[in-house]
Amino acid sequence: MAVELDVFVGNTTIMDEEVYQLWLDGYTVNDAVKVRMEGGVLEEFEASADVLLSDTMDQYRTFQMCERLLHSPAKLANQLLFQIPPHRQAILIERYYAFDDAFVREVLGKKLSKGTKKDLDDISAKTSVTLKSCRRQFDNFKRVFKVVEELKGPLVENIRQHFLLSDKLARDYAAIVFFANNRFETGKRKLQYLTFQDFAFCAGQLINSWTIGAVDNMVEDMDVDLDKEFLQELKELKILITDKDLLDQHKSLVCTALRGKTKAFNEMEANFKNLSRGLVNIAAKLTNTKDVRDFFIDLVEKFIEPCRSDRWTASDMRLYLTHYTNSAHILDTFKHQVVWDRYMGVIKSCIFKMYHD
Amino acid sequence: MPGKLKAKIVAGRHLPVMDRASDLTDAFVEVKFGNTTFKTDVCPKSLNPQWNSEWFKFEVDDEDLQDEPLQITVLDHDTYSANDAIGKVYIDIDPLLCSEAASVISGWFPIYDTIHGIRGEINVLVKVELFNDLNRFRQSSCGVKFFCTTSIPRCYRAAMVHGFVEELVVNEDPEYQWIDRIRTPRASNEARQRLISLMSGELQRKIGLKVLEMGGNAVVGYLQCFDLEGESGLVVRAIGTACTLDKLSSGSAPNTNTHVHPNTAPASNACNSPSKDGKEPVFGEDLPSFSGPPTPFRALPTSSSSPPPFSPSKPCSRQSSSSDTDLSLTPKTGMGSGGSAGKEAGPLKTLLRQQTQTALEQREFPFFTLTSFPPGFLVHVGGVVSARSVKLLDRIHNPDEPETRDAWWEEIRQEIKSHAKALGCHAVVGYSESTSICEEVCILSASGTAAILNPRYMREGCLDIGSTDHRFEEPSPPSCGFCHIPYDELNMPFPAQLTYCYHCRRQKVPDVLFTTIDMPPEAAVTGKGCLIQARLCRLKKKAQGEVNATAISNLLPFMEYELHTQLMNKLKLRSMNALFGLHIQISVGENMLLGLASATGVYLTALPAPGGIQIAGKTPGDLSNEHHILTIQKRINDTITKNKELYQINPPELTEEVVGSPIPEPRQRSRLFRSHSESSDELSELDLSHGKKDAFVLEIDDTDAVEDIHSLLTDAPPPTGFYSCNTEIMPGIYNWTTGVQMFTSVRVFRLSNANLTNQGLNKIFTDLCENLLKSFYFKLRSMIPCCLCHLNFTVAVPEEELIQVAVTAVAMTFDKDQTQEKPADKPVTKGCSETEEQLQFPLELCADSSSITTQTSSKISGVPESTNVSPRVSSLERSSPLPEGRSRSLRSNRSFGGSSVPVVKMTPLSFLPGTRIIKYLGIINMFFIRETTSLREEGGVSGFLHSFIAEVFAMVRAHVAALGGNAVVSYSMKECVLMENPNKNQAQCLINVSGDAVICVIETDQESMPSTINVVQTCSSGADGAT
Repeated sequence: MAVELDVFVGNTTIMDEEVYQLWLDGYTVNDAVKVRMEGGVLEEFEASADVLLSDTMDQYRTFQMCERLLHSPAKLANQLLFQIPPHRQAILIERYYAFDDAFVREVLGKKLSKGTKKDLDDISAKTSVTLKSCRRQFDNFKRVFKVVEELKGPLVENIRQHFLLSDKLARDYAAIVFFANNRFETGKRKLQYLTFQDFAFCAGQLINSWTIGAVDNMVEDMDVDLDKEFLQELKELKILITDKDLLDQHKSLVCTALRGKTKAFNEMEANFKNLSRGLVNIAAKLTNTKDVRDFFIDLVEKFIEPCRSDRWTASDMRLYLTHYTNSAHILDTFKHQVVWDRYMGVIKSCIFKMYHD
Repeated sequence: MPGKLKAKIVAGRHLPVMDRASDLTDAFVEVKFGNTTFKTDVCPKSLNPQWNSEWFKFEVDDEDLQDEPLQITVLDHDTYSANDAIGKVYIDIDPLLCSEAASVISGWFPIYDTIHGIRGEINVLVKVELFNDLNRFRQSSCGVKFFCTTSIPRCYRAAMVHGFVEELVVNEDPEYQWIDRIRTPRASNEARQRLISLMSGELQRKIGLKVLEMGGNAVVGYLQCFDLEGESGLVVRAIGTACTLDKLSSGSAPNTNTHVHPNTAPASNACNSPSKDGKEPVFGEDLPSFSGPPTPFRALPTSSSSPPPFSPSKPCSRQSSSSDTDLSLTPKTGMGSGGSAGKEAGPLKTLLRQQTQTALEQREFPFFTLTSFPPGFLVHVGGVVSARSVKLLDRIHNPDEPETRDAWWEEIRQEIKSHAKALGCHAVVGYSESTSICEEVCILSASGTAAILNPRYMREGCLDIGSTDHRFEEPSPPSCGFCHIPYDELNMPFPAQLTYCYHCRRQKVPDVLFTTIDMPPEAAVTGKGCLIQARLCRLKKKAQGEVNATAISNLLPFMEYELHTQLMNKLKLRSMNALFGLHIQISVGENMLLGLASATGVYLTALPAPGGIQIAGKTPGDLSNEHHILTIQKRINDTITKNKELYQINPPELTEEVVGSPIPEPRQRSRLFRSHSESSDELSELDLSHGKKDAFVLEIDDTDAVEDIHSLLTDAPPPTGFYSCNTEIMPGIYNWTTGVQMFTSVRVFRLSNANLTNQGLNKIFTDLCENLLKSFYFKLRSMIPCCLCHLNFTVAVPEEELIQVAVTAVAMTFDKDQTQEKPADKPVTKGCSETEEQLQFPLELCADSSSITTQTSSKISGVPESTNVSPRVSSLERSSPLPEGRSRSLRSNRSFGGSSVPVVKMTPLSFLPGTRIIKYLGIINMFFIRETTSLREEGGVSGFLHSFIAEVFAMVRAHVAALGGNAVVSYSMKECVLMENPNKNQAQCLINVSGDAVICVIETDQESMPSTINVVQTCSSGADGAT
């Protein structure tokens, strides 16, 4: 004796947000029923476990049927199969494209390829995000990546329009796409302390200032690829460390400005040349793809770690970088002010963001 | 050559990828009507092709226009091999043939394939140019309007109700032709879909012709059914009520039954001048039968001599004219409609009867498929009449003369007619017919409610004399008149307890009343109603042919009896005294019969309070047994008390000293309904709590009875905040808000245990139905407080060990703060009956009645409030006309205005709360087949059916939107036949749905009717889609 068939179809598609989340999180029907039972829907509404099972099955089926449409969210608005009020549609899409920070941290900067997809079970085990959910998130990344790859115009705006996402989520996806495209290394042990939001912020900075899109907004991949010309020009900054006079001059300017304003002054003065070399060398090497990938690890190794071991506070860091950047303008033999600003603007805000425990 | 059909193919979107290599499609379209086919150009390599074709013109007979659908096929062009079909769209162009309905069909239609389901959409424009054809021998009936709605449609008034129309057409089922062995499943399905579409077109045309012959212009309560008889063929049959409808100018008529609506001047003017054509715009649908000139009750005894009555000649001439049309309509009027007038007593009754009978009896079948009526139409209700017959199917040899099937139905209808006569009634209302087929056995069923109708709707011109007619009527206030017995007290057709009406104290009423109609809106009820179901399974031996048919025939009366007993017991248990919308379905399978009776129980104020239920043991001496009985008795009494509270049934205590009213005669103990509980005298000491009220005795002398009692008590009441009924609206709830959720649910249960008993089966079946209801309550919990209306259960035994239950219903939200208050303009309580003086001025009662109701509401309202879990109902929401929570779909209506998909609401009811229907666009009658050979991949049968039902909804919505509509009312799923073969990974399903496409507008303020109307934007957005 068994229920062989059990369906419930509403003219307006009925969707329970709690069940949707369980589905997105990759729970099986039975697990979802368990979770719901623990959640107390039953007591709240004098229903039996059978009722809950039947409801969960129905909803899961509905979501599965919707999933195809969610892959190109624009279709959801003009498909005829499900009558879903617009505000519901927005929730469906936003939730479908939402991701777990723990998961995204694992794949950030990795190539969105079959190879990575094979490793998803490891990631699932590590992050305790279900494999099903990992797959959905990974496929979302890949889908967004593929679509925007071929589009002209600003990356965030493209993602927002094409996938009908909120501004915040669109920015996060832009970061993911940007990282995947440039294959930034994020997985090293030294980078583990950084959250996805740290990286997303940095990605935003890089997209805004270092890509081709920062100068020309009508080319393909404008927000995804770094501006090659700019990277070439960065080599010119080397003069700041190779020219001994310039380096000394720069140091004295910075030290004069900093003196008496921070407890870490001595360390700053002692480390100035090292730190400056570090930052300028990062700039000079960015023409190599390999070094672009190591951008974040270099920032940490060459700058953040030394400062941290000297126990700079966040405001020390702020103070130092501000004066370090500004003082370069006063150097009369230093001609590359524009490139310097474009470089240091990003570096400054990235380091501010990344300088934490 | 009276018609030109024009079609234009605009564009497609979301097409499937047909060419794997390029991931694209080279689509083109074939447009076919009759035998003419046009093609568009191929739109290469696009999933969103823009054809923007020329206008394809078909010059055709209007007969074909009615029968044929426009057939649009989308194909993928293939240079080297045959073109692949992507899918089809069938467009019924009937709505375009009626000047008052839609003028253009324009919009996105889902492209449907019977194997793959919906595959993209296509944008189509269709127009029809009709030339007038005055040929009186024409075969077409363009212009006759069809309505599924079983009441007078909201923006019309009935100038005349002509009566019953029926027709059936038969054909061979393409699925059972020899050619089916060699053609693909797709070709078979399409042949079937097309044939059924053709047959229903033809059927509609033929019925339309009959209506025209009768002088009508519309069919209301149109009910079309398919009988898939398998080898022996395919029958499409339909019944309906022919009417002459006049359109009310929009804005002039309220849609609700507000009887205080000031009577229009012509009504009184026209009183004595019946116009021959009966088409003068006199009374609206809300024909106020008691707010016009005061009903002259005192003049009653002298009615025959009062000044302007009918001159005897007038009715005569009218009768002859109506009989003319009748005769031409039904050539077989040979059947004697034997006069039973002699039976009646009382000069008034006879007079009334003579009038109506003459009008009605010339009709072969005085049947009406309507379930709710204009006020004053229904005079008395006798009770439910039903007839069933078991037939053996044989091959239909000559499809052009389906005599056998016709004869079968004729036989049944005659039986119904004679039943009605036995109840002293001349008409049957709420009439419906159905079949259940298993192999070669077919059960034909018909049921309805015997009634006496007001004659003035039946004859031309008579409608205008509404007020004078009252002189001939019995002095029955509308809130109780229909309850008064139509039959002769001394010569009762069945044993019943009669009392004087508890409302007016003038006429006799029965102790319980069963009907198949909706509760008249003016009826006085106490408390709220609820869904009552009787469920029954009976095993039968597997057999063939004649033996099988006999076995079934023998079982039927027992089933009917059992169902009736169950209904009666459950009704008493809820302390109610009347059933509305009673629908009894008996379904036949190979080894069992299923019976399901659904109805909405209410406490009619006019009827006596039901007695309780008493339990009696066979051996009173046995102590332990007696103890057991006492426990059960206590449980029953507790349940009754609980139910009274739940349904707010607290009839005002009868003050026997009401001035001038006859005191109800002392009544005898009510009849016993269980056969083996015959000795009731010894039980008197067990009469525990019900005082002088009569109790209903159940004797438990065997396990059977114990089971029955248990099943009585297992029906769980709906959870707090929920109500349910199977009628249009819930008696006792009046303040609907705009939240509407229509749904269809199907469950199939497999019985694995081979040797089941009747009891075991009953339990399974009961649980199945109860669990379904529980599921609905759970799923719709966010809509609380809400009511499940029009719960329509359909049961079937698709295979030997399967039970299938399909339900379509609508959940509607209401404002619980006012649930107790009827709109103040309705005279409600029995206060009305106190003096005749007051009756003449029902308005004066408002203050009285509302004060009474508010008293009760304040007493009760604490109960639901404290337990309600929904935080949404706040006073803030109530103050705004469109509260956030429950009007979500209405709001979305607006925001969708600019988008390409307009919102289409669907409901099985004839109206949408909070809106007013301003236009009927035509009938929707669609038939789909879906088949799969990859059942597992589509998520099993559940996945398969789930997507199919969703697809059917989508196609209905698309068609309505293309007609320019924004809602479907009176929606129903007539057929849902599922066949599966999991071993072969295959399944097939047939679904037939119908309804009325309408445009409705939001009524911002329900009190002030026509002045404040918000037109919903969706009407225009349907056209937007074309761009």
